[in-house]
Amino acid sequence: MPKKFKVNLNPKWCKSCGICVEFCPKRVFEFSKDGKVRVVREGDCIGCKNCELRCPDYAVEVWEEEA
Amino acid sequence: MVNIKNYLRLNKLPHIWCPGCGNGTVVRALITAIDKLGFKKDEIVVFTGIGCSARTNAILDFNTIQTTHGRTLAFATGFKLMRPEMKVIVITGDGDGAAIGGNHLIHAARRNVDITTILINNSIYGMTGGQYSPLSPQGAYATTAPYGNIEPPFDICELVKAAGATFVGRGTVYHIHLTIDLITKALSHKGFSFVEVISQCPVGYGRRNNMRSPYEMLLWQKEHAIMVKQADKYSKEDLKDKFLIGELWVNHERTEFMDSYNALVKRLSEGMKGGEV
Ligand code: SF4
Ligand code: SF4
Ligand code: SF4
Repeated sequence: MPKKFKVNLNPKWCKSCGICVEFCPKRVFEFSKDGKVRVVREGDCIGCKNCELRCPDYAVEVWEEEA
Repeated sequence: MVNIKNYLRLNKLPHIWCPGCGNGTVVRALITAIDKLGFKKDEIVVFTGIGCSARTNAILDFNTIQTTHGRTLAFATGFKLMRPEMKVIVITGDGDGAAIGGNHLIHAARRNVDITTILINNSIYGMTGGQYSPLSPQGAYATTAPYGNIEPPFDICELVKAAGATFVGRGTVYHIHLTIDLITKALSHKGFSFVEVISQCPVGYGRRNNMRSPYEMLLWQKEHAIMVKQADKYSKEDLKDKFLIGELWVNHERTEFMDSYNALVKRLSEGMKGGEV
């Protein structure tokens, strides 16, 4: 079974800078029509934490889901 | 991975920095290094001056002191003398640290006082409206350089090294793992340690310099940084518009300022016991 990850984006802190959108190798994040960044493909996350490490606003957290 | 929320003042979040500003990521790097070294929150004191870099201590949950523009190292040196058991950290910017505070910087380095200074270099005065700083690249645009900056910048790491600092490193926000490592080493070093972090200011600098998004600015960092260990593989010509990153200088020979001071106190008090000074 491949590992499953939870990707949590805190909309109160996110400023939709787009860094996570660009740095995610699996395109888990997307700009939605209102210009806000949202998690759209959580199931594809490989847990690399590029997003969490580089988010300047501490708005993303990624953790492994218990099987 | 460290839970950085344990080290942040959550009631101050979201912070005031613009979308995509590198400062928040530098704060993460610092917290990760502190957590790795196992310091207690109360053992740390963070000094800042004025500018966007100074807002770091609004969100950092340590002992924090905000001082006047550029004078941070003077306050921090005084504090270190009074409370030598504390870990003293200074966070400054290219305007605060290299222009207004340039003199304090070289003298703190000369004294080799046991303080870790992190200079967040975003190439511009962000908070005061986008004026060029002594670290803005030649040719860069700023509100005070509408036709391009004609002045050559300092290599601030070389300057601090020449002034006497005993640990000098340069990282970037893009090279976050390297930056965490450099800050960890700086915090473990006894003497004046200095880490320059090349950061992105999308609003004050990027917009004026053809880098529209924070992502483009991070890519610029990636493309212009050369690891110091690889530098000899490049010609002078190749290195012209690049900067070196990594551990640039370590010196264990120089005496730390507090050690010299304590030796003096000891010598004088022994003299006094003997009836003479
Ligand atoms: S990097 Fe952080 S602040 Fe920027 S869009 Fe992603 S979650 Fe939001
Ligand atoms: S952990 Fe990696 S794969 Fe998962 S969302 Fe973040 S950047 Fe994408
Ligand atoms: S002006 Fe620049 S450095 Fe200041 S908060 Fe905005 S992006 Fe960051």
